[in-house]
Amino acid sequence: MLRVDDLTLARGGIPVLTGLSLALAPGQALILRGPNGAGKTTLLRSIAGLQPPLSGRIEGAEDRVAYAAHADGLKAMLTVTENLAFWARIFGTSDITPALDAFDLHGLADRLAGTLSAGQKRRLGLARLLVTGRPVWVLDEPTVSLDTGAVALFAAALRAHLAQGGAALIATHIDLGIEAQVLDITPFRASAATRAGASDEAFL
Amino acid sequence: MRALLIRDLTLALRAGGGFGLGLAFFLIVTVLVPFSVGPQAELLQLIAPGVLWLGALLACLLSLDRLLALDFEDGTLDLLLTAPLPLEGALSVKALAHWLTTGLPLVLAAPVLGVLLNLAPAGYLWLVVSLAVGTPALSVIGCFGAALTVGIKRGGLLLSLLVLPLYVPTLIFGAEVARRGAGGQEVATPLLMLAGITCAVIALMPFASAAVLRMGLR
Repeated sequence: MLRVDDLTLARGGIPVLTGLSLALAPGQALILRGPNGAGKTTLLRSIAGLQPPLSGRIEGAEDRVAYAAHADGLKAMLTVTENLAFWARIFGTSDITPALDAFDLHGLADRLAGTLSAGQKRRLGLARLLVTGRPVWVLDEPTVSLDTGAVALFAAALRAHLAQGGAALIATHIDLGIEAQVLDITPFRASAATRAGASDEAFL
Repeated sequence: MRALLIRDLTLALRAGGGFGLGLAFFLIVTVLVPFSVGPQAELLQLIAPGVLWLGALLACLLSLDRLLALDFEDGTLDLLLTAPLPLEGALSVKALAHWLTTGLPLVLAAPVLGVLLNLAPAGYLWLVVSLAVGTPALSVIGCFGAALTVGIKRGGLLLSLLVLPLYVPTLIFGAEVARRGAGGQEVATPLLMLAGITCAVIALMPFASAAVLRMGLR
């Protein structure tokens, strides 16, 4: 479903990962582990198509990835429903009710996103994944600021997504209680030797 | 794309969206000119087209730094980049929304402010025409500037410095149309030049904006 071959990635002109390969099958979730600065975010951003790799190939990601990072892309002056409906229309879907159901947002539907708590915003940001209709979820620390109840909602949504033949690549440090492979990316850390000619910066 | 346009217009009209800021700025600048120049009706009549064009241009500049910066801060730009929408199209739509909320009100307000500057009666029509044809270019070029400076802290001033030189051709030909119109002269040549500049930047600038934005977001 998603294949990554021999990837070398840089952040800020400094190579962080090299020789990384991974594959995702339908219905499979892969959890990324690694210490801070190991390159988890850089890897996820590359797979989402936000930054090109220095070398290597990413297959099956184009127009199939739903990406969620630290910022949820919410507008404070739009209501919960308007925020979701906007992303639904951008991704060419129309029904936002399942997303509201899955993250228990019905009670908040008419509130302005700016008045929500951090955890509620996060739930709304994750609900956006459901309205994209994309098969590959690429998630960067999805459970930040969620309470245990909301984490359970997220795990349930993820399980449903996998059961429908979707796939997920998740950087997280907590146990979501789902069947998932774990990939520790520490061994792929780039050495100083890879530094030569490495630059991802347009204007250094 | 329509969803993006509607969202941008809605945001501009809600509290804190900044709708009307450019218009109010235009009004104040134009009102200040007679105070600074003095109550000489002939002199005001002479400089009215140029002052109105300069005021509209600066008012347009005022809201540019919000055009992409807000979407960058809350992560919307990253998510739009992964969306099926082409980035060039998304930026064109954002420039269109900027024009509808900033440029179009300026075009409509200009004749009223012309009265304050004793604009010659023949000039009203050509002032509105020149602004209507020229201000879309200001929004599209401004979008390019906003894409260049996205992610830079306090990029607003840098944005102005980058964008103002690019506004020069539009200003020259736009003000020329208004000036000739007010003087009862032939306006076809500068008007066609102005329209040509606008068409060219609308056609080409979104590609440049999208390219620099992709680099800026890495």
